Amino acid sequence: MSTAVAIRGFRVGLRYSPWLLTWSAALALTLVLYLLKDIWPTAWQYPREWYIPLRFLISDFMKWLINDFDLGLFTFKEFTRSIAWLLNWPLATAQGFLSSGFKLVFGEQATVEIPRLSWIAVVALVAILGHYAKSWGLALLVGACFLYLAVFGRWDSAMVTLSSIIIVVPIGVALGLFVGIISFRSRRAAAIIMPILDLMQTVPVFAYLVPVLFLFGFGPVAAMIATIIYATPPMARCTVLSLGLVPAELVDFGRMAGCTRRQLLWRVQIPSARPTLMVGVNQVIMLSLNMVIIASMIGAGGLGFDVLSSLKRLDIGAGVEAGLAITLLAIALDRLSQAFVSRPPPKHQEVPRNFVRQHPHLTVAMILIVGTTLLGLLAQPLQAYPESLMITTGPFWTDLVSWININFFDQLDAVKSWLLLNLLIPFKRFLLALPWSAVVGLVALAGYQLGGLRLACIVGSLALFIAVTGNWEKSMISVYLCGISVVIASAIGLPIGIWAARRERVHKIVQVVIDTLQTLPSFVYLIPVVMLFRVGDFSAMIAIVAYALVPTIRYTDHGIRQVPAPLIEAAQAFGCTRRQILWRVQLPIALPEIMLGINQTIMMALAMLVITALVGTRDLGQEVYIALTKADTGRGVVAGVCVAFIAIIADRLISAWANRKKKELGLAT
Amino acid sequence: MFGNNAEDFLAAHNFTPTDEQLADAGLIAAVRNANLAVVKGEIFVIMGLSGSGKSTLVRCMSRLIEPTAGRVIFDKHDLSQASEKELIEIRRHKMGMVFQHFALLPHLTVLRNVAFPLEIQGIDRRTCEQRAQEIIEIVGLKGRENYYPRELSGGQQQRVGIARSLAVEPEIWFLDEPFSALDPLIRREMQDEFLRLQNMLQKTIVFITHDFDEAIRLADRIAIMKDGDIIQIGSPEDLVIQPATKYVAEFTKDIPRAKVLSARAIMTPPKDGDTLTNSVPADTKVQDLAAQLVDSQTGVAVTDEDGSTIGHLSRQSVIDVLVGKNNDS
Repeated sequence: MSTAVAIRGFRVGLRYSPWLLTWSAALALTLVLYLLKDIWPTAWQYPREWYIPLRFLISDFMKWLINDFDLGLFTFKEFTRSIAWLLNWPLATAQGFLSSGFKLVFGEQATVEIPRLSWIAVVALVAILGHYAKSWGLALLVGACFLYLAVFGRWDSAMVTLSSIIIVVPIGVALGLFVGIISFRSRRAAAIIMPILDLMQTVPVFAYLVPVLFLFGFGPVAAMIATIIYATPPMARCTVLSLGLVPAELVDFGRMAGCTRRQLLWRVQIPSARPTLMVGVNQVIMLSLNMVIIASMIGAGGLGFDVLSSLKRLDIGAGVEAGLAITLLAIALDRLSQAFVSRPPPKHQEVPRNFVRQHPHLTVAMILIVGTTLLGLLAQPLQAYPESLMITTGPFWTDLVSWININFFDQLDAVKSWLLLNLLIPFKRFLLALPWSAVVGLVALAGYQLGGLRLACIVGSLALFIAVTGNWEKSMISVYLCGISVVIASAIGLPIGIWAARRERVHKIVQVVIDTLQTLPSFVYLIPVVMLFRVGDFSAMIAIVAYALVPTIRYTDHGIRQVPAPLIEAAQAFGCTRRQILWRVQLPIALPEIMLGINQTIMMALAMLVITALVGTRDLGQEVYIALTKADTGRGVVAGVCVAFIAIIADRLISAWANRKKKELGLAT
Repeated sequence: MFGNNAEDFLAAHNFTPTDEQLADAGLIAAVRNANLAVVKGEIFVIMGLSGSGKSTLVRCMSRLIEPTAGRVIFDKHDLSQASEKELIEIRRHKMGMVFQHFALLPHLTVLRNVAFPLEIQGIDRRTCEQRAQEIIEIVGLKGRENYYPRELSGGQQQRVGIARSLAVEPEIWFLDEPFSALDPLIRREMQDEFLRLQNMLQKTIVFITHDFDEAIRLADRIAIMKDGDIIQIGSPEDLVIQPATKYVAEFTKDIPRAKVLSARAIMTPPKDGDTLTNSVPADTKVQDLAAQLVDSQTGVAVTDEDGSTIGHLSRQSVIDVLVGKNNDS
């Protein structure tokens, strides 16, 4: 026994010692650079004169686009205008149905007003959809969610939000399909498109808003465009993935049957890929909701606007109410689309039936729409939910929060101050004191150790970009906030994940909770945080932790659960205790998976970081937010890309490590 | 052939590279030096273990995979030169294929699955479904037209696959391990069904299998493949009597010889002055004439198609085959 251990120790020592030496040297060099900061300041702080004025270049370019660029037949401005005009039509139609109604004008005086759909009709419609997709239970759930919107006076805002989503989702899905198909068919196109999709998914949401705001102005259509851009990449990715998953035999069959390329795609590949494609549709829906809420900053209106304005007024009651409304809308949309994803394929029918019996849901829906519209003309309450019956919980929330603040202010404040003084601020100072050149070098070194020269070059140059464009300090603040949040999120998430993996009942409860948490738009997380902790780094940290917690839990749970059962049985057969099995078998094997979860947590933390600019941070997020308020495209885009680069550096390093580890363990990558 | 610049490599080696040259170039030849002719109306079985290149070979024949070099002549046309458009036409009207895992479209009913190859030709829906209905009845799935594939058993699903491949009345019918994914009992039933269909339809068939028993049972001729090479082509009887290599002999070793060998293979030249009362046609399998011969003291005469005697079959030689005594070793 002892020899074996000794030999193992020897080997491990041999393998890691050169790296240990390298890292010691690198860290020593870092220290030296710090100590020499007065003698050789350029190595410590990136000199201003060396900045590349990328943001101004971009801003100037955008100005040129909008003012002077002429496409021959029309100018660029006319081009963006016509896109906006084109997109306004479906949006106006959807809003007509759901929120504002139609006004038809015939000649001089004759106008006919067609009212919007009655609230009863909409609630019933979603319930019918729920029943069609799954069950009475789902019908009840989504119906109740929508009923809440009516009863608690959020109907008008919610319908504005919903009409945006209804228009955005089909466009996003179609666009995503289109891009996905192109990159699936042509390897060359994929080589260009895929990295762009990568970048698009890591650039924070705010950064999208800036150029869109600049090009399309303030308003619902601009918001819609930003939402489409934001929600499309996952659909494209999902399309590529799902088309790749279609069994080769099916494609062979299609070709043998003599399908043309188009027939093969539309009649064989896409129908067979439907289940995975539907997962993409679900993602588009949820991302659209998230973005439509955020896009209220550039004039989307609706529920997002309610949250935003109440946050600005610190009107806690209204904020919570709107937040709840968003939450319920998110849950309803998610459950509904999930049900469509996992909806069992149709069963055979014995005898052909008439229209009504074949389409019972459609029939009931039609009757309801026509019926409630006609009745609504006679009786107003059937058309719009009567105000006298509305309930508001606003005062209750306001009172609750003031009660908490009165009774617990000291305790909360003590915790906050202690953490700020002893953890947050020292860490921030430490990061800011690091010489930029050393950090770039260390990042490249890590890349070299984990993935070789190529990775070292990639991550090194990404880090260099941040320094060169003059965002170093703000980036370090981002890294600090994000880093601390990730550590805390992992410290909370890992135990929960382990616990869930070992107890079936806990697993089920945790699953429901994290599924729900993940459907919530990021905006919603700000509301309780601001109520309890006001603004500042600490509030931002809490919001980030809450938002980014989910992947760590999910991947830990999943990673431990997927440890092959025979291994556990073998360990049991050797007489391992449960604790030994966990520490010596499950965790080591699950480690790569857990690291991927933490990787996801980092990505989500960075995404949330930018949103928390609203509660007054001083990092890259704030930079983007300021750019948004000033419509300064270059500034916003560059800062956004910096956030994306931090994310990509973390992602590449962790993925490289996890993949290598998985290979060592003989697991599939 | 898989690998970089495979075409240049082949041309450089005059299309006959050696194993070493291939290995040096880092290329893998999935199929090479495969020369075979399939005769109209026969069941030609390509048999080999997994990785022997049989699936690649059949996909080269239908050009689902582009062969790096070589030609495929079908019906006097060079398929390897056919344009995409011509290829589609040929596949639409002259080829049918059955797949190992059925490859049914999950979102279509049995009827629509079978009608699919017709529908994509732009034939009107009613004609398609009428034709599909007829074939569904032929393969014995009447009453299941409106079922979805996942509602059917494996055997039933493959019947759909077979029906679908026959919908366009192909001239050549490819079956890629059609029964490998089925349980042994069902497999047997499907083999019988397949023979029944072939009796009815008389298609030209290329049938892929890794199961030598299946090959023996179904084939008119068998090609045995190993590591991309065709080792031997011959009738089941040829393979049993004269295996080209040890590898082939290994397969044929456990085959019940009585089922494979015919009277012609074990007869001796006719003896003058024989007065045999009984005779059997030369193609009769030993298994089928055994009962007749065991009772006879003298043996039987073997006759050809014209009825003239061409040989003599002794009782002992038949017993040798039945008890497995190897008379050619």
